Amino acid sequence: MDVLIYLIPIAIGLGLVGLFGFMWTLKAGQYDDLEGAKWRILSDDDLPSPAKKD
Amino acid sequence: MDLAVEGITCAACMSTIEHGLKALPGVTAARLNLTTHRLAVDWTPAAVDAGQVVRRLEELGYRAHPFDPGRRSAEEEAETRELMRCMGAAGFATMNIMLLSVSVWAGNATDIDGPTRDLFHWVSALIAVPAVFYSGRPFFRSALRALRAYRTNMDVPISIGITLTLGLSIFETMRHAPEAYFDSVVMLLFFLLTGRFLDQNMRRRTRSVAENVAALRAETASRILPDGAVREVPLSKIDPGALVLVRPGERVAVDGVVEDGGSEIDQSLVTGETTHVPVAKGARVYAGTLNVSGALRVRVTAATEGTLLDEVNRLLEAAAQAKSRYMRLADRAARAYAPVVHTAALLTFLGWTVVKGLPVADALVVAVSVLIITCPCALALAIPAVQVVVSGLLFKRGVLLHSGDAIERLAAVDTVVFDKTGTLTLPAPALLDGAAIPTPVLKAAGRLARASRHPLGLALAEATHAAAPPEDAREIPGQGVEAMLDGEMARLGSPAFCGVDPAAVEAMVERRPNASFVAFRHGTAEPVLLAFEQGLRADAVEVVGRLKAAGYRIEILSGDREEAVAEAAAALGVADWRAGLKPADKIARLDALKAEGHRVLMVGDGLNDAPALAAAHVSLSPVTAVHLSQAAADAVFLGDRLAPVAASLKIARAARAAMVENLWISVIYNLIAVPVAVVGLVTPLIAALAMSGSSIIVTLNALRLRLKRA
Repeated sequence: MDVLIYLIPIAIGLGLVGLFGFMWTLKAGQYDDLEGAKWRILSDDDLPSPAKKD
Repeated sequence: MDLAVEGITCAACMSTIEHGLKALPGVTAARLNLTTHRLAVDWTPAAVDAGQVVRRLEELGYRAHPFDPGRRSAEEEAETRELMRCMGAAGFATMNIMLLSVSVWAGNATDIDGPTRDLFHWVSALIAVPAVFYSGRPFFRSALRALRAYRTNMDVPISIGITLTLGLSIFETMRHAPEAYFDSVVMLLFFLLTGRFLDQNMRRRTRSVAENVAALRAETASRILPDGAVREVPLSKIDPGALVLVRPGERVAVDGVVEDGGSEIDQSLVTGETTHVPVAKGARVYAGTLNVSGALRVRVTAATEGTLLDEVNRLLEAAAQAKSRYMRLADRAARAYAPVVHTAALLTFLGWTVVKGLPVADALVVAVSVLIITCPCALALAIPAVQVVVSGLLFKRGVLLHSGDAIERLAAVDTVVFDKTGTLTLPAPALLDGAAIPTPVLKAAGRLARASRHPLGLALAEATHAAAPPEDAREIPGQGVEAMLDGEMARLGSPAFCGVDPAAVEAMVERRPNASFVAFRHGTAEPVLLAFEQGLRADAVEVVGRLKAAGYRIEILSGDREEAVAEAAAALGVADWRAGLKPADKIARLDALKAEGHRVLMVGDGLNDAPALAAAHVSLSPVTAVHLSQAAADAVFLGDRLAPVAASLKIARAARAAMVENLWISVIYNLIAVPVAVVGLVTPLIAALAMSGSSIIVTLNALRLRLKRA
């Protein structure tokens, strides 16, 4: 059962990584506009445009 | 700068707006929030100004208004963030402790040795203690606040349960007991936080829509400076004695005396009266009324603290105070619940120690497990879950709730009282007998009407779906609009302006006593008279009929003239109506109804309705209502139809039934669980299963409402 000495900290560490990830997304405002985000995927403004329209 | 934007219908608007604005020189960033319909714009002040941004949006086809996020919404924002952080922490703790707990459960059934189990429990404690203190803050704070005021609320038993469970688990761990409850306590917290977060999200969404509506109708006035220049300033910057300009088609923003100019005033939002009142030099005008025809220069007597508004405010305050404080279903349940559970726990403890002679420590464990298993998890979720589902359903039907308990109050209603003007009738006048007029004539008149700001002109343009106005259109104040159309002079305006025979006008007035008229003349052709009336909402007759069929008692209380109200009441088939009422009369009538034991839903929009809206058991107000009325009402409905009123009553009844079902589910769960706990048979596994099981059942029961209507 000595393996637990490694396994428990690893499990908790991974959990903490997830928690801090969540806190970061929260702070970055990723939950402020859940409606718009799904549509933004479809817009192409992040691609380098070969020919400028305007 | 933040802007509230009107007219966003789909995702395509998002890229139109963002690209359109970024094309402006000086705009560095533009980002539209599709959930709240707010636009954040960054720009360099040197290259572009706010006016240009708003104008650009108007060119793109959207109306926008600077949005000033109040202090309150910033606080709300912080609260939501805190709830989400707490939820994250509780979720993390739940997952990790479950991992350890499942191992212990499995180990207890097979061959786990004592030291390993203790290690697992201590690690659980290490996670649970900080998690509970961090995530439990919202509950502890609320419970403390309640206790300080010598009250109890749902958070008191929750806090006691959480703290005791945590304490007991540590105690058991120190005794090297085979079981601890760390998993239950964090899971409970996680469920409760989820319920609370959903509840808050619902209220925030409603509020953001309401705030946008308010911002779009921001209250400003055109102040005439001593040098003759006219500037748009916020109402708060206008003092009594100042001179303001009120253009035709604008709402009068202040109370005052007309200094110069002549016009007609539509007072329907203030008094409920639909006929226009002519005003000239020396006449008094009131805030909230609509200037119909000519420009007025008004000397301000009161701007923010108006005489008429004061009267309404005074009544409003009195009504809000008199309104007996409604006891919410959940609070009533909590009040009955806490003493029963705590007595049961105490009796269990005494029973085991005194009667059975068990050691105090063991008896304490049993007593605390009674508290744990009865911790009002399902009870705390029972009502919010239903509220969230129902507010979503209502939102789809165009009803925005201000408060969750409005649902419960709506369900209790047996009488519906309507205001007439702007509530049963449309807020804007509609064209009568449009079919009798040749289409080309209507189209031409509509194009001219686009050039006008007169309310009838706006209504005509709306009714004819007119294209852009002719370029050389010229508005003659108090008379009408004229322009060259197809090489011939066309005029739209007062009958005299278009050269209509006065006898023809009189005949028309006789036929349509409640209508207002506009004439249109194109070249040498015979002039046409167009009649407008504030007609009933398209589905008013149907909705009132349906409400009557459902057993509601319907009444109309209006400030309008007797004939107008009688006509509307006859069309709707409503026998109980009163006309010419002042705000105080409306309240008196509501009080009389209350004294007869009726629960009244008040539906109204005007300034004169605001006190009645606050006094009624529950109230609805259309989104076109004045700000004060919207604030006084429990919910706001959107659109030109009355159907949301009937829908909200129907949904509220179903919701109330679901709430009661959920409370019974919680009670039955306790009836089964408590005896098990009292005899000391509760293991952590049973506690965890029972707790999550009952929470999931009440949530599913709430979601059932949604399925029924899908």
